[in-house]
Amino acid sequence: MSQISVQNVSKYWGATRAVENVSFDAVAGSLIVLLGPSGCGKSTTLRLIAGLEQVTSGRIFLGSQDVTALPPAKRRISMVFQSYALFPHLTVAENILFGLRVRKVPAVERTRRLNRVAALLGLDSLLERKPSQLSGGQQQRVALGRAIIAETPVCLMDEPLSNLDAQLRAEMRREIRTLQQQLGITMVYVTHDQSEAMSMADWVILMRNGRIEQAARPEDLYARPASTFAARFIGTPPMNILPVVPNTGDLLFGIRPEHIILGDTGIPARVQSAEFLGADTIVTCAYGGQTLAARVPGKAAFPTGATVGVQWHPENLHFFDAASGLRRDDVATSPREMPASPKNAPSFEEKRTCFAQK
Amino acid sequence: MHGVEPLAVAQPPPQAQYARGGSALAVHIYGWLLLLPAAVLLVAFTHYPAVQTLIDSFYSTPRGRRGAVFVGLDNYQTMLADPVFWRALQNNVVYATSVIPLTIALALAMALLINGKIAGRPFLRLSFFTPTVLPMIAVANIWLFFYSPGYGLLDQILGLFDSSTHNWLGDEHTALGCLIAVAVWKDAGFFMIFYLAALQQISPQLAEAAALEGAGRWYFFRRVTFPLLMPTTLFVLVNAVINSFRLVDHIVVMTQGGPDNTTALLLFYIYEVGFKFWDTAYAATLTVVLLVLLACLALGQFLILDRRIHYQ
Ligand SMILES: Nc1ncnc2c1ncn2[C@@H]1O[C@H](COP(=O)(O)OP(=O)(O)OP(=O)(O)O)[C@@H](O)[C@H]1O
Ligand SMILES: [Mg+2]
Repeated sequence: MSQISVQNVSKYWGATRAVENVSFDAVAGSLIVLLGPSGCGKSTTLRLIAGLEQVTSGRIFLGSQDVTALPPAKRRISMVFQSYALFPHLTVAENILFGLRVRKVPAVERTRRLNRVAALLGLDSLLERKPSQLSGGQQQRVALGRAIIAETPVCLMDEPLSNLDAQLRAEMRREIRTLQQQLGITMVYVTHDQSEAMSMADWVILMRNGRIEQAARPEDLYARPASTFAARFIGTPPMNILPVVPNTGDLLFGIRPEHIILGDTGIPARVQSAEFLGADTIVTCAYGGQTLAARVPGKAAFPTGATVGVQWHPENLHFFDAASGLRRDDVATSPREMPASPKNAPSFEEKRTCFAQK
Repeated sequence: MHGVEPLAVAQPPPQAQYARGGSALAVHIYGWLLLLPAAVLLVAFTHYPAVQTLIDSFYSTPRGRRGAVFVGLDNYQTMLADPVFWRALQNNVVYATSVIPLTIALALAMALLINGKIAGRPFLRLSFFTPTVLPMIAVANIWLFFYSPGYGLLDQILGLFDSSTHNWLGDEHTALGCLIAVAVWKDAGFFMIFYLAALQQISPQLAEAAALEGAGRWYFFRRVTFPLLMPTTLFVLVNAVINSFRLVDHIVVMTQGGPDNTTALLLFYIYEVGFKFWDTAYAATLTVVLLVLLACLALGQFLILDRRIHYQ
């Protein structure tokens, strides 16, 4: 059963179309990530689900209940804000218990739940502190504690990790994911960090200008981006996207940096720079007025200015329509566009000539 | 010690260089010269008069050729036996305990009102703040008209219901209340500004987080807004207390302490004793008492409240 169902929801502020005709469903117990660049309407979508904003049109269901017109308090939702929104004058314990006090949960029950949440999040020794006496990660945990103590089936998170440093972020990412699975919470998680989305999500909703660009499982989003936007948004460095015929044509092809093979044979390209990242090196090459990023394992010995051969396996290619940016799956098998069908496993040289001569 | 000295020699701090150059004195003189203008003003107009007042309170008032003589605590005994002093003190307590909570409550209410989303907010802000920019004398004169028997605003409004006239300021039962109203009206707008500034420091996400938890507006105000405003409240409270003893312009304009001393506040009484009756020694005595009273109040407020306040 789907726990959250967003149906054709739009939100306009005057001429600003923050969210436009967005629909998706979240299966109970799953983690959905809303991903997209700044200003694409992720927060607005989340706030619409929470009831902090009213929809312009469309409907929102939680479980089987239509909550479109319900105030936030009636939706049985918890939320973690980007700034945590902790009450600065209350202790950690009081912050976590805030909602239970509002709902007049009996003291015994309150204590029981507080102890459980504190143990779960490792906050036992911090309960009497004020938020200002906590580190960013600890504050984040308090915010998380306040969300999960309510034991609501749905939890919303708006960029909860963006204030943390890289290491803590990776750690909290795992903690949140574990907690979500452990407690069986349905979670909608907003982020603009694609690696966060890929590592945590059961389902990623990629947004752009208020619309859904692609909704898919992380691996599918990576393997079959629906548009050039999706292709460039996922992966670091992003997918190389180049015209099939240089400077003209209505067809683009994409190849991920990790799928490029640098060697002695292949299309000759000139090395522009090599960025060593530890496990691998990002090599930027110029070829035919275009630049290509390639990810090669280890510390690659490609001096700047040297000529290398660029090769790839044809099955790793993606094709996109130049005008609409949309994925085209017909190309790879179309004989007109692609004389050498991938089934025949053409040599890389053949592939190159195919592009170069068109 | 021996281990430290070589280090200190190796890297002398900047001040030490001056000291070695023999110009430490110059630095001190320079510093004192910079402080001098402010210090002179402070001493001449604050510290010296305060100390002199304290000394004067132990002397008699000089009259004609007879100079001041030391009388010890005589002036204080006179004060304790003075019914007008007790009356003024009592008035002042009533005045303060009404004006202070009313002003603070009104200031807070107005700040909450215009902090929210309502139409005509800039206009409301301006109108709430206007009384503050008027001098107290002008305010008193405006209200003098409001309170005028018969043709005053208050009587004109009441005249719609019954035709009797009221002498608001001349009646022992209403005079002090009238002055209280003026003081509240004058100061609430000023304190509102501080509350407004403090309210805008509170993140709107706190209200959203509370709303998600099911907290109503009143609950949120009680548990979150009000505690977060406590530093402002303390500041406003101290100022309101001081104002309630300090501002007597409206009494001079409106009632002159009458009828039958029902509106005589301490400072007004001091002014009368000192500059109408010219009993300067007794006025000094009353001033000392007023100052001690104010100091105790301020200190008490800081000591008691400070511990319970959350500062960000
Ligand atoms: N209260 C508002 N009034 C008017 N426009 C708004 C309001 N809130 C958001 N918008 C607009 O709606 C669009 C989407 O905003 P939203 O906050 O949802 O973006 P976002 O995807 O969360 O971005 P970010 O990653 O920067 O947080 C933006 O263009 C923003 O300017
Ligand atoms: Mg946002």
